[in-house]
Amino acid sequence: MGGFKGGGLNMSISIRSLTLNEYLLPGNASCPGCPASIGLRMLGKALEGRYVLVIPACCSTIIEGPYPKSSYGVPVLNIAFAASPSAAAGIKAGFEVLGKGDIHVVVWAGDGGTADIGMASLSGAAERNDDIIYICYDNEAYMNTGIQRSSATPYAAWTTTTITGKSEHKKNLPMIMAAHKIPYVATASVAYPLDFVVKVRKAASIRGMKYIHLHSPCPTGWRFPSDKTVEVGRLAVQTGLWPLYEIDHGVFKLSDICKPLLDKRNRKPIEEYIKIQGRFSRISKEQLAELERYVESLWNEIALMIEKSKMSEGGC
Amino acid sequence: MAKTEILTGNYAVAYAAKLSRVQVISAYPITPQTSIVEKLDEFVESGELNAKYVRVESEHSAMAACIGAAATGARAFTATSSHGLMYMSELVWWAGLGKFPLVMAVVCRALAPPWSIWSEHNDVLAHRDSGWIIFFAEDNQEVLDLIIQSYRICEDERVLQPVMVALDAFILSHTSMPVSIPEQSDIDEYLPTPGSRRKPFILDPDDPLTHGNLTYPEYFMEIRYEIEKSMNSARRVIIEAGRRYGEITGRYYDSLVEDYRCGDADIVLVNVGSSCGDAKEAVDLLRDEGYKVGLLKLRTVRPFPFEDLRRICSGKRYIGVFDRNYSFGYGGILHCEVSSALSGIKVPIQGFIGGLGGRDITLDDYVWVFKILVDMADRGVEPKPPIWVGLRGVV
Ligand SMILES: Cc1ncc(C[n+]2csc(CCOP(=O)(O)OP(=O)(O)O)c2C)c(N)n1
Ligand code: SF4
Ligand SMILES: [Mg+2]
Repeated sequence: MGGFKGGGLNMSISIRSLTLNEYLLPGNASCPGCPASIGLRMLGKALEGRYVLVIPACCSTIIEGPYPKSSYGVPVLNIAFAASPSAAAGIKAGFEVLGKGDIHVVVWAGDGGTADIGMASLSGAAERNDDIIYICYDNEAYMNTGIQRSSATPYAAWTTTTITGKSEHKKNLPMIMAAHKIPYVATASVAYPLDFVVKVRKAASIRGMKYIHLHSPCPTGWRFPSDKTVEVGRLAVQTGLWPLYEIDHGVFKLSDICKPLLDKRNRKPIEEYIKIQGRFSRISKEQLAELERYVESLWNEIALMIEKSKMSEGGC
Repeated sequence: MAKTEILTGNYAVAYAAKLSRVQVISAYPITPQTSIVEKLDEFVESGELNAKYVRVESEHSAMAACIGAAATGARAFTATSSHGLMYMSELVWWAGLGKFPLVMAVVCRALAPPWSIWSEHNDVLAHRDSGWIIFFAEDNQEVLDLIIQSYRICEDERVLQPVMVALDAFILSHTSMPVSIPEQSDIDEYLPTPGSRRKPFILDPDDPLTHGNLTYPEYFMEIRYEIEKSMNSARRVIIEAGRRYGEITGRYYDSLVEDYRCGDADIVLVNVGSSCGDAKEAVDLLRDEGYKVGLLKLRTVRPFPFEDLRRICSGKRYIGVFDRNYSFGYGGILHCEVSSALSGIKVPIQGFIGGLGGRDITLDDYVWVFKILVDMADRGVEPKPPIWVGLRGVV
């Protein structure tokens, strides 16, 4: 198989340079327009098959299809909902003692498995700096069990357990991970697959704990047409609701796609994002204003982090 | 040459894991298991044991890490107790139902509330249906010997199930006894090469396999039946492993039970764990007084030693079962199991409950228990609900 070439920083890649091999196989059980399937496909192309997947309970346990078949072209260990980071740590430890430490161990977990029930285990793996790549594909609710809220569900969004709209904001997982001082944290979106591939490859080139938070608009749970996944994902980024960045060994770096958004005039109005999703259909003016304030504070924090990173890089 | 050292049960566990050349250790401290994880840490950090130690933040994670390690073919080990085992429980079942060969020492301790750090067997017995082979050790020598044998058993292609070795809190875990430690070279020869296991599967990008995906009812029962087949094969594999171990060490473990003077006995008491030593003493004492009593020690609770039990107990006048555990609304768990195993054999079975939360079970207690059984047999009375031994305020 052989690993991918490259791995350098600031890699720019074209879709043509990606392998034609597929590691998410056709006939898998994802819904039409599924963001997780885009992510899984790109992950496979990024790492070209030299990895094992650890998957806790989530949509991706369904996407893999039922026994005795599997839609994943790489080895998979399914594991209990809260246990994927530690299972991955055990796999890595096993590979290392057996002289197979070059195989990447990738956790592929939902936002519920990450931000809620798996949080302690994830924090443990981060604190130990286990040499794994953790990818949270964030569809902003428990989709496997039928669209219940998670702590990653955004403010005002409908789910079956927030039927009048969620009254709390989304938990800021990437920043919680960054606070663990792990070598690499990145946000990504399935709507920008090449950016995701570059970030996965960068993660793979670093030893220690890597965390990538992949925004994953879900047509089934968010109530939008299944041909609009990429559009919705792009709007999340373009409105400023989902900023793309990396925190590489403590240095914050806004991804190129998002650089213009530092100037708020370049951000699209949040309504554009909200209005194509059924989960926000009953949002009030006040709630919208609150979301606007949220975006504002998010970007104020980003500006501060850019400043801080500039200073720590030597004030240039 | 084997050498004898004075070891606590916990150190016997740690030495056994080291002799077994475990490759991945993941554990979380809990009284009274803690000195196991500390000793292993010392072995690893001093370089005496070449293993990765995943220092997790909980028992749930400890077992997940062991499962992950076992999924690569590496030899994995953990140890816990009581609340640790309960917190780990979801993954204990995952290991058993997923056929992950690994070994765990469980220092049996009562569950709270109220807090207690002393012995009781409910923690282990709550996991008797989880697909694990379960041993109970009587003394520290057995602890060491069983841990080593467990790796041979769990990695045997006819078994491929995880193994639990239970030892009583403090009575074994913190009590020092002489333990004969085998030669490393003998154990190297006795056990498969660590990390050489390929079955039931390993994670290998060159031969991708999905473990544990959604399974419809049309396949599910067969997957469960595989585990039952493994458990049945384990009966034979345990005996073979114990016999071979005897050839190396002189200590033979070639039965799922230990029959202590049951042959010509009228009365047999069934028991597990550390207090079997006192029970044996009571047998000797009563034999001297002319009572024909015997002790039947179950070495495994899973697989359950049906055959031995039925063979040894048939034709007796009375059977007693001593439980250091309780199933509220029923009685002793082993009492329940022994009764069902002996169904069809006409013998009365009386349950006894004792030693809960570490309450001492003394020689006198066992003498009392045996005498009750003798008396019930003599008077020809039917068994009563379980008798709580040494319960204050109750005669
Ligand atoms: C211990 C435990 N509690 C609850 C569940 C039920 N459960 C399975 S998947 C899931 C939600 C998963 O949500 P998320 O992690 O966001 O993944 P998604 O389904 O959205 O892809 C829940 C609650 C479980 N499998 N295990
Ligand atoms: S519910 Fe959403 S994330 Fe889950 S399979 Fe369907 S589209 Fe994909
Ligand atoms: Mg989700």
